Amino acid sequence: MALETDTMTKDPILKVEHLSMRFGGLMAINDLSFEAYRGDITALIGPNGAGKTTVFNCITGFYKPTMGMITMRQKAGKEYLLERMSDFEVNRNAKVARTFQNIRLFSGLTVLENLLVAQHNKLMLASGYTILGLLGFPTYKRAVGQSIEQAKYWLDKANLMDRADDPAGDLPYGAQRRLEIARAMCTEPEFLCLDEPAAGLNPRESLALNELLRSIRKDTGTSILLIEHDMSVVMEISDHVVVLEYGQKISDGNPDFVKHDPKVIAAYLGVEDDEVEEVIEQIEEIAVVAPGDTQK
Amino acid sequence: MANITNTPESAGSNLMARALREAFYAGLVALGLFVLFVGLKTDQNILNELVLVQRWGLLAIFVVIAMVGRFLSVAFIRPYLAERKAVKAAAAVKEAGFVARNFSMIAVAVLLVYPPIMVALFGFQGSLKWVDNFGIQILIYVLLAWGLNIVVGLAGLLDLGYVAFYAVGAYSYALLSSYFGLSFWLLLPMAGILAALWGAILGFPVLRLKGDYLAIVTLAFGEIIRLVLINWTEVTKGTFGISGIAKASVFGIWSFDVSASNNFAKVFGLPMSSSYYKIFLFYLALALCMLAAFVTIRLRRMPIGRAWEALREDEIACRSLGINTVTTKLTAFATGAMFGGIVGSFFAVRQGFVSPESFVFLESAIILAIVVLGGMGSLVGIAVAATVMIGGTELLR
Ligand SMILES: Nc1ncnc2c1ncn2[C@@H]1O[C@H](COP(=O)(O)OP(=O)(O)O)[C@@H](O)[C@H]1O
Ligand SMILES: [Mg+2]
Repeated sequence: MALETDTMTKDPILKVEHLSMRFGGLMAINDLSFEAYRGDITALIGPNGAGKTTVFNCITGFYKPTMGMITMRQKAGKEYLLERMSDFEVNRNAKVARTFQNIRLFSGLTVLENLLVAQHNKLMLASGYTILGLLGFPTYKRAVGQSIEQAKYWLDKANLMDRADDPAGDLPYGAQRRLEIARAMCTEPEFLCLDEPAAGLNPRESLALNELLRSIRKDTGTSILLIEHDMSVVMEISDHVVVLEYGQKISDGNPDFVKHDPKVIAAYLGVEDDEVEEVIEQIEEIAVVAPGDTQK
Repeated sequence: MANITNTPESAGSNLMARALREAFYAGLVALGLFVLFVGLKTDQNILNELVLVQRWGLLAIFVVIAMVGRFLSVAFIRPYLAERKAVKAAAAVKEAGFVARNFSMIAVAVLLVYPPIMVALFGFQGSLKWVDNFGIQILIYVLLAWGLNIVVGLAGLLDLGYVAFYAVGAYSYALLSSYFGLSFWLLLPMAGILAALWGAILGFPVLRLKGDYLAIVTLAFGEIIRLVLINWTEVTKGTFGISGIAKASVFGIWSFDVSASNNFAKVFGLPMSSSYYKIFLFYLALALCMLAAFVTIRLRRMPIGRAWEALREDEIACRSLGINTVTTKLTAFATGAMFGGIVGSFFAVRQGFVSPESFVFLESAIILAIVVLGGMGSLVGIAVAATVMIGGTELLR
C-alpha cells in the first residue's frame, strides 16, 4: 500500500509501543502503538473519553503507564525512554513540550514573564544558580537579553506583542491559547504536544492558530502532536492522523485515508445524531469503492 | 450612599449582607487572635502572687473595632475606591502623590532619625522603651515576616512552623558563642547558613506534600524543634534557657561590655548607659532590614524568584516547562529559613537570653498573620502590618 511505503522512508521522532494505562478497573489506553514522524504535524483524534489526554500525560511523564514503551529520538540521535522519566525531565532533557486541555498559564504573571519562566533552566545556569545573578555578573545580563529576544520572537509569532506587559489572565481566550503555545516553544522543544488547541476558539482565532502551527513547523522544524476535536482543523493542517476509540487505535494514516475509513466515520462522526444518515451513506459508498481497505 | 447609587437596589442590599457577614467573620478572627493577648493578662498582686486579670471589656472593644472597620471597608470604602479607580482609569493616568511614590524612602529616612529624636524627647534612659521595645521589636518582626513572605507570599507554600528556623538561628548563636566564644559578626551569617541547612533537611521529605498537609507537617516540625530544645538539657539547658549571651560589638572596634577597656561609653567619655547598645542594635536591625529588602527585590527579578511565583500560580505548568519543582520549593524554603536564622541570632544578641518559650507556635501564627495582613508578597504592606500588629500589642503591654 502507498501508505506503508510512505512511512518506511520517514524518520520517527516518537515511537509509542504497546502502551496501556489502567485507572482502577478502567482501561483508559489499551495496547496502543503508533509513531509520529519528524517534521510532521501528527493529529490524535477520537471521541470524548477515548483516552487522548491520557496518552499525552503518559508521553509527557505526568502519568506512569501501566505497560508499554515510549521512545523519543532527538535530531542528534539521542534516544530517551519517556515512560521512565519524570515530567520535568521529559521537557528539560528529552525536549518534549506540551500544552494543556484546560489552559494553564501563570495568570498573575505578565505575558513576558510567562515566556521567561519557560526559559528557567537556561537562565538559572546563566545566573550561576542565582549567586552570580545577585552580584550582577555581565554574563547573566547578556543571557537575560537573549531570553527577552527569544520571548519577543514568540510574542511576535503569536501576535501578542502589544500585550507583553499585561497579566496573562487578562488576555482573551484565543490569545491565552496562543500564549500557552508560545510559552511551550520557549523551552526550545523538538517535539510539541498540543491538547485541543482549537477548542473554544472562534473561526478567526482558529485561523490565527493554524497560521501559528504552520509557522512553528516551517521555521523551527519542531514536530507537532496535536489532539483535536474539530475534524476540519485536523484535515487542513495535519500530515498524519491517529484515531483512538475506547483507548484503542482504530485507524492510522494520512488525513485522506482516515477521513474515508468507515470505522472512523462510524466511531467519530457517529456521535452527532443529525449526521448519522449521511455517515451511513458514506460508509456504503466507501464499502463499494474500496472493500479491502477496512482491513488495515 | 452616593457612591453606589448607580448599582441596582438588589446589589446594594447584597453588598450590605456581605459586609455584615464579613464583619462577623472579622469579629471572630479578632476574638480568636486577641483573646489571649488582650482578654487575659497576667499580673502580680500585692502579695507578689501571679494573678490573671480579665479584660473582657477591652477585648470587646477590639472585636467591635475589627467588626466596624471591616463593615465600613466592605460596604463603603471599597466601593468608593473601586469607583474612584474607575473614574481615574477613565481620566488620564494621574501621578501618584509624592508620599505614595516615595513611601519606602521616607520610611527609611524616618527610621534613620528615629533614635536621636527619641533620645532628644525622652533622654537616654527614657528612649530605651521607644527604641528597644518598639523600634527593635517591630524591625525583628518585619524581618521575620519578610523571610516567611518568601515561602508563603512568593512560593505559595504554607509554612506554620517558621519559628523553628528562628529558634535554630537563636540557639546557634547562643550555643556557639557561649561554648566556642565565636564573635557575633561571624555567627550572624553562620546562623543563617545553619538555619538554611535545617530548612533544606526538613524541606526535603516535606515539600512533596501539598497545601494543608504541608501546613500540618511544618507545624509539627516547629513543635519538634521546640521539644528538642526543651529536652536536650545537656546542651540547651532545657527550659532554663541560655543566659549571659555575649553582646555584639561595633565590628570588634568598640565593645558594649561594661568591663571591657574599649567600652563604647568609656572611649567617648560618655556617661554609662545601656541605651547606646540598644541604639546600635536598632541601626543594625535597620541595616539588616535594608539588606533583606534589597535581596528580596533582587531575587524576585532572578529566574529563581520568577520560578517561585510561577510555582505559586501553577505547579503543573511549571513541571511541564522543565522546572524541577522540588528543588525550587526547597530553595524557597531554605532562603526563608536563612532569613529566620539570621533574625534568630540577632534576637539572641539583643535579649542576651534564649529559652524555648520564645519559640512557641503562637510566634509562627503572628508572623504568618503579619504576612497575610500585609498582602502576601508586598514588602511595604508587610512592614506596615508588622508595625500595626507588634506596635499595637506593645502599646497595650
Ligand atoms: N487521573 C485519572 N483517574 C481516573 N480516570 C481517569 C484519569 N484520567 C483520565 N481518566 C479516564 O480515562 C478516560 C480517558 O480520558 P481522557 O484521556 O481525558 O479522554 P479524552 O482526552 O480523549 O477526552 C476517561 O474515561 C477518564 O475518565
Ligand atoms: Mg482530553
